[in-house]
Amino acid sequence: MKDTPLSTSGPSFTKVIKPCGAHRDRALTRQARQLGFAVVSLKASDIFFLRGETDTANLRLIVPRLLDDAQGEATRLEVGTATVPAGRLVIEVARRAGVTDRVATQLAESAARSGCCIEAATGSRFEMTGGSELPEKDLHFLVHNLLCNPVIETWSFGEVQPGFTSAPAAESSAVEIVPLCGRTPEALARINNDRALALDPEEMEAVAQYFTAEGRDPTDAELETIAQTWSDHCSHKTFAARIETEQGEVAPLLRQLRETTRAMKAPFVISAFDGNAGIVAFADGLRLAIKAETHNHPSAIEPFGGANTGVGGVIRDVLAAPARPVALTDILCFGPRELDHHDLPEGVLHPAVIEEGVVEGVADYGNKMGVPTVAGAVLYDAGYTANPLVFCGCVGEVLRGYDKLSGPQPGDRVVVVGGATGRDGIRGATFSSMTMDATTGEVAGASVQIGDPIIERLVADLLVELLDRPDPLVRALTDCGAGGLSSAVGELGEATGVSVDLTAVDRKYAGLQPWEVWLSEAQERMVLAVPPGQAAAVLERARHLGLSACDIGEFTGDRRLLVRHGAKPVVDLPMEFLHKGRPVRRLRAVLPSPDRRPDTKLREADISHALLALLSHPNIASKEAIIHRYDHEVLGATVIRPMAGSAQSGPSDGTVIAPPQRRSGFALGIGVNARYGLYDPEYMAHAVVDEAMRNVTVSGADPAQTALLDNFSWGDPRRPETLGDLVATVRGCCAAAQLYGAPFVSGKDSLNNEYVASDGTRRSIPPTLVITALAHVPEADRSIGTALRAAGHALVLTGRTTREFGGSHFNLVTGEESGTVPAPDPSAPARYRRIHALMREGLVESAHDVSEGGLAVTLAEMVIGGRLGVEATLGEPDECSALFSESLGRLVLEVREENIPRVLQSLGDEAAVIGGVVADYHLRLGTHRWDGAALERAWRGDA
Amino acid sequence: MKPPAIVLTAPGTNRQNDAAFALEQAGAAPVCVDLLDLPGRRGEIERAKLIVIAGGFSYGDALGSGRVFALEAERLLGDLLPEKVSQGTPILGVCNGFQMLVRSGMLPGALQHNERGHFECRWVTLQPSSQLCVWTRGLEEPLRCPVAHGEGRYAAGTAVLEQLRSEDRVAFRYAADDYPANPNGSAEAIAGVCDSTGLVLGMMPHPENHVTERQGRAMVTVRKQGHALPLFRNGVVAALAS
Repeated sequence: MKDTPLSTSGPSFTKVIKPCGAHRDRALTRQARQLGFAVVSLKASDIFFLRGETDTANLRLIVPRLLDDAQGEATRLEVGTATVPAGRLVIEVARRAGVTDRVATQLAESAARSGCCIEAATGSRFEMTGGSELPEKDLHFLVHNLLCNPVIETWSFGEVQPGFTSAPAAESSAVEIVPLCGRTPEALARINNDRALALDPEEMEAVAQYFTAEGRDPTDAELETIAQTWSDHCSHKTFAARIETEQGEVAPLLRQLRETTRAMKAPFVISAFDGNAGIVAFADGLRLAIKAETHNHPSAIEPFGGANTGVGGVIRDVLAAPARPVALTDILCFGPRELDHHDLPEGVLHPAVIEEGVVEGVADYGNKMGVPTVAGAVLYDAGYTANPLVFCGCVGEVLRGYDKLSGPQPGDRVVVVGGATGRDGIRGATFSSMTMDATTGEVAGASVQIGDPIIERLVADLLVELLDRPDPLVRALTDCGAGGLSSAVGELGEATGVSVDLTAVDRKYAGLQPWEVWLSEAQERMVLAVPPGQAAAVLERARHLGLSACDIGEFTGDRRLLVRHGAKPVVDLPMEFLHKGRPVRRLRAVLPSPDRRPDTKLREADISHALLALLSHPNIASKEAIIHRYDHEVLGATVIRPMAGSAQSGPSDGTVIAPPQRRSGFALGIGVNARYGLYDPEYMAHAVVDEAMRNVTVSGADPAQTALLDNFSWGDPRRPETLGDLVATVRGCCAAAQLYGAPFVSGKDSLNNEYVASDGTRRSIPPTLVITALAHVPEADRSIGTALRAAGHALVLTGRTTREFGGSHFNLVTGEESGTVPAPDPSAPARYRRIHALMREGLVESAHDVSEGGLAVTLAEMVIGGRLGVEATLGEPDECSALFSESLGRLVLEVREENIPRVLQSLGDEAAVIGGVVADYHLRLGTHRWDGAALERAWRGDA
Repeated sequence: MKPPAIVLTAPGTNRQNDAAFALEQAGAAPVCVDLLDLPGRRGEIERAKLIVIAGGFSYGDALGSGRVFALEAERLLGDLLPEKVSQGTPILGVCNGFQMLVRSGMLPGALQHNERGHFECRWVTLQPSSQLCVWTRGLEEPLRCPVAHGEGRYAAGTAVLEQLRSEDRVAFRYAADDYPANPNGSAEAIAGVCDSTGLVLGMMPHPENHVTERQGRAMVTVRKQGHALPLFRNGVVAALAS
């Protein structure tokens, strides 16, 4: 740096270019190759745009101090325009103004601490070799998939213009009046469409009627508030709808789930389907909050930011419980990685690009929050290409102040803490309730938020300080999620009424319209109801941590939502209309009629090849490349990890978390199988509940102390067949919950996961139900993993195997279509309880469930995890079924010889010794034999 | 008497409770002090007999790992940390704490992006190798504990590496040189180094996450294998001697 002459690029700013280093160049070049551009190689640099007091003396002070890595690989900083070597294409990228940018913020802050007052913006610079020969279309594809996301960045060949956020703009107080009264249905439909309100025609009609009766037209903010509050995302109008089927009307879906839980009267359920998260209380004073959310549409158009804020959002749900977050889950569904980019629908990012961004987004938020990401699943299907699914879950330990939360009282202050408000993520709730098409990325730009996990880390610390005490300083709280302040303040003040002044809201920058402040989904914000006497203390504590904190109004008592901008009225609506005025949705469903006739077909296959094909199928193959990017160890409470065995070589079923100070803990298990949903949605529900139950049971949890969480990701419910699948799935969920005695405590639906291609064809995702089981582990020291422990032990298979191949992975790898989806196993719950009792006695060494790919895959995974061998015989009903059928309710237990009688006595005729563990690293099943190393290569995807 | 210990944090640190728990298990009396609490709580650091700089993402590592942490610590504490060392106080920087010590010049070398280009969390085996370092003195058995970092590839010039070797300042090496045993591509498989006094240890892996048997039970083949509590006990012994 010292030898580089300082010059400025253009009159208005200085540009500092810092090479990212070989690790980044390698990764980019590898990704380009993955996308089919083997000729391209890339070199990346960070760009820092500086303006303000950027004279030479100041730059000499701050650049080495804040940007140069004296001993790092990136020692050569260039200030000013970098020279471009011949034959290379230069692409520069700049983050758009207003998009959250922690680096720029920190740079300006640290420079100020060093005595230099500057503004900062960031960008990237790429030098590409081999790119100039590419057709322009391919080049643009590469830029948009790998180098720049136009949703949050701008780019150009050569020099780019930076996006300084602090563009001075006059504060606007403009409030637009939207003429609704007396409009025709067609005119209303146009307004609905133009403003992206995503309301049903009946709902637009109800809004128009309300304002007609009031004798005035709504403001822009009022209309947006109603649209957000009434969105499927916020009000679950499909799950609350009246549904007609050919067999008569069915009860609203949410009511079915709630009633199922209520009827079970499980003593450990503290709060179900109420507030931000479900709450359970297990023995040993362990009270937990759990929630899972989806962030599908944002992740489709900006994978990193979408997934990042998905994690941030669900953590805030748990913070609002209020609870201290202690574990995260992620279930991800992507299109096939190897898809040819010419086959991509228009405007859609490549699945491999989406996967990379999503994984990095999940990792970034969880790792920086310091909450371990411990459980999840990854599925691949062409149906997810245009509409990936990102489910993010969080478990928290309930804070002591929970029992004292009384709800807001008239006179309480409305306090917003966390990040400041900017123009990011506007209209997320309505966006998520719409179908996507080729232009979604362009028009929904403002719907994507960028997170700042460090701010949320501090928000969590603040809430623990305010609420983890017998006398909390807060009477109620909720997070700012979809709909921003409009939803959060509207919900919190529903019972009392609330009045706020938008000029009091802390802003990131000037120039926001009142409705933008009200609707912004800027991240990391919570709304608190604080008794007037405590408000000063709460604001002081928040500011001490460096958080934004503002008192924006009070809870009233008039049951109205009153929003002003200074003296100017922005929203004035009765809570009754806002929360109860939405007409009940009426929908029609055509129920599926799955084929459940007994399967008489005897299958033959190349057994040896089939197992290797199953192990290398992306749904079954090792997820270690993803898992190891998540911190699953922070907090020191992880007992059973997502990878099994002392070499972390095998897959785990469930995971167990128990703080080292406690004897007990909890287990998390995930069930998901969208393939079954294509054939038999009701049985899919049974199957995935069963899988989640088995996952927690084999880890050492008590199946009788288990709560469930449902997450539905579906297509457009206004199509009767799609809704019919959903109705059948909910029926299966309720029946399975009753069967296993495991109540649902919370859930979430994400509908309209569809993409309309430019030729008008619709692509819907496969019906995808994710079940999360949260279970008590009474003795964490007794929890076990899936990896084999020692040679000489016996293997016991429990549960019954029948010929069930519908939706199986055996069918997937062999191209078969026939068969029925595995049927529910009514005897499974009792069996799981007996197995738990055996585990409490220490009689089981390791255990693994039988799921996708059947028993052969289960045993292969136990072999890989333990790096030991298995020799087993094949049982009923035939070789192929014994190996690959996916019948429910089955587990393999590793048992010491001396404990076999005790185990068999307990499990009766539902268990049989099928073989044993040997020292040599291989798998022998009947006459078939595989080398351990060969199994491992197939499963790990090593060449 | 339990020696008073400080777990030093900055906004974004996240393993402070793990570190405090390990110190308690080892017989120290830890409290957490954040840079935001300064200068008010400076006295507690002055009185401390032992200091752990905890891991996490201080200031989001926005300008590179540990950089702002080091600058802010210097601004708010001045020369207090080097003074503590000259008084004989043992200091341990774990992960982001190690990065901070390197950035502040208290330890040599640099911690660069992992060779694989991304964050990595996995259990590793560490061979203690320094008798100069008060934290590893007398440790012979390999330790097992997790790494969890994106910028942990230890790099230094050949002269520095030679000096570290000859002065017995390489405190820990990963069990092997290649991935995944050496998870980030560190030079000479170096996982931790100490200063010339032996009091200041910086290491990327997290020994604080393996101080009870249960934490490591699934990760070892023999009971209590690779327990990291002796490392913290060593720190407490050195604190009592200071």
